[in-house]
Amino acid sequence: METVIATASGVLAGATGYIYPNEFELQWGLLIVIYPYLTGLVAGAFILASLERVFKVRELLPVYRLSLLTALAFLFIAPLPLLGHLGHPERALEMFLTPHPKSAMAMFGFVYAWYLMVVLLLEIWFDYRKDIVVMSQEKTGPIKYVYKILTLGITDISPKALEFDDKIGKFITIIGIPSAFLLHGYVGFIFGSIKANPWWSSVLMPIVFLFSAIVSGIALMLLVYMITTLFRWKEMSMKCLNRLAEFLLYAMLIDFSLEMLDFIQRLYESEESIAILSDMISSRLFISLIISQLLIGSLMPMIGIIVARFTRMPDEMKRMIYFIAAILVQVGIFSTRWNVVIGGQLFSKSLRGLTVYKMELFGLEGLFVGIILLVAPLFILYVLTKLLPPWVDKKPKGAVVDGGSYR
Amino acid sequence: MKEDKPKIPRRDFLKTFTEKVPKLAMAISVLAAADFLTAQENGAYNPEEHNYGMGIDIHKCIGCGRCADACKNENDVPREHNFFRTWVERYVVPVEGEAIVDSPNGGIDGFPESKTEAEVLRTYFVPKLCNHCTNAPCVQVCPVGATFVSRDGVVLVDEGYCVGCRYCIQACPYGARYLHPEKHTADKCTFCYHRITKGLSPACVEVCPTSARIFGEVGLRSSPLRRFARANDTVVLKPWLNTKPKVYYAGADGEVR
Repeated sequence: METVIATASGVLAGATGYIYPNEFELQWGLLIVIYPYLTGLVAGAFILASLERVFKVRELLPVYRLSLLTALAFLFIAPLPLLGHLGHPERALEMFLTPHPKSAMAMFGFVYAWYLMVVLLLEIWFDYRKDIVVMSQEKTGPIKYVYKILTLGITDISPKALEFDDKIGKFITIIGIPSAFLLHGYVGFIFGSIKANPWWSSVLMPIVFLFSAIVSGIALMLLVYMITTLFRWKEMSMKCLNRLAEFLLYAMLIDFSLEMLDFIQRLYESEESIAILSDMISSRLFISLIISQLLIGSLMPMIGIIVARFTRMPDEMKRMIYFIAAILVQVGIFSTRWNVVIGGQLFSKSLRGLTVYKMELFGLEGLFVGIILLVAPLFILYVLTKLLPPWVDKKPKGAVVDGGSYR
Repeated sequence: MKEDKPKIPRRDFLKTFTEKVPKLAMAISVLAAADFLTAQENGAYNPEEHNYGMGIDIHKCIGCGRCADACKNENDVPREHNFFRTWVERYVVPVEGEAIVDSPNGGIDGFPESKTEAEVLRTYFVPKLCNHCTNAPCVQVCPVGATFVSRDGVVLVDEGYCVGCRYCIQACPYGARYLHPEKHTADKCTFCYHRITKGLSPACVEVCPTSARIFGEVGLRSSPLRRFARANDTVVLKPWLNTKPKVYYAGADGEVR
């Protein structure tokens, strides 16, 4: 394809081929990369929590409550990048008040509200109700009143009431699993249903989003668990870590297979968009897709986890490999989001040219705001863990924690 | 004989008649015209009776870019090089290999000489604009319903309602939408809705020196658009996406997308 230096036509340096004039400016930038990344972490963390609660994977008890709080912390921030990129943020509520029922995006508010109000907040409340009531009686100072408010006036902690809490909690988790699937599958649908864009338009998109969400959520919980345990000078449960690593590996294998399937299908079908998409992958997306997403973000951590989990090596070494693998997975999943959102806008819908994305540093859609949005959930999580301690360091009554391997 | 003399002298009568009657006629016709105009404004235009579309005769387009320029003037489209409601593309199709397409400043400043070294098979210009699709994907995705198909078949944006999420821009297969840099709302061709509802042509059609753009009713037998469709083999862009566009191209080959 002949390269036309776009400055010659007075538009944009770096663009090649032909681009519709309205396409030079990318419509969705860094903030819209962060949005599916954050919701993916929410969905993934919640699904991990449900593994313990519904599927009774007892080794995961140390991260059960922590996962719920992490999901909540990230869910609080998740709509902010969406809000930030709107041309008229002051009209955002119109999506709730006068939604267009045929629009996938209009449903975001309802999916989000359902997930936040019905699933996460309710589950956390029922799960912590006993602790909240106890703390509202034992604590002193202003914090006592915070807990009093959190009890919502219900202070019955009789065994019967607690049994009810447990039942309801389990019921909500069961509802929560399809809800978590809905939350992130839906985010995938926002992209996958755009028939105008051959990079996005794929029936696999919601499923790939979902599994990558689970991958990112488990990896995040590995990191959060390791870091919080380290900073609290407690012993990590190796059984829990091993289990997390296993589940992470399984989710990654599914995710990787799905993405390969999508890739092979596209390549084999070789539709008219294949030329420009190949061009894009080998030039614009080479680092973020081939290097960052596939090599560093998928293959390396998978190999690392396989080696660490299924060969004999000291626990110290295992922990180190898990930790590095989890970080690499985060890099990989962020790259995945980047490649979907930014990649989908780098080629012209005329299928004749490529444009470039220039991220700004400052400004509402800039790098700094992006970093703040990514770090903010961690601060919220810190506050939440202070308010509702999720730590399981001693063997709680009735639950078998880690088979007594706390050394 | 004195009695026979008319009470109004003939001269006076004629003088009065020639003075007053034209004035009266003038007054009546002014009143009637005013009445007609107010009737037009007061809902005499019935959108249900119309379904607008456009024909584009590629054989006639000379790539002067006056349409894109007129559109910017008429609709306050930003003058920058990356905001267009309509633009003109130039296709240079070589004997072998990929077609070379460009549209410097939407064609407003004309086209520089093509520098391809390949043997050229044919060249032509293609004006582009919103296709006012019957199954408009932009309308489908708008989360608040700010973009809609009007009763007269024109895809419009309510700029007082658009939240600026840009989903519609992503959903348009034709690159016909942009985010207005000052209004921060989606913007696109309206077929010059303010003009067509008064019985005028869109600005691009009005200024086209070769009548390469034909505006009219899709459903009306006597419409120039129907005549154009009868007389030419027309195609729509990207028909496989099932958007059912209402901009019909005569003379567009498979390279145009």
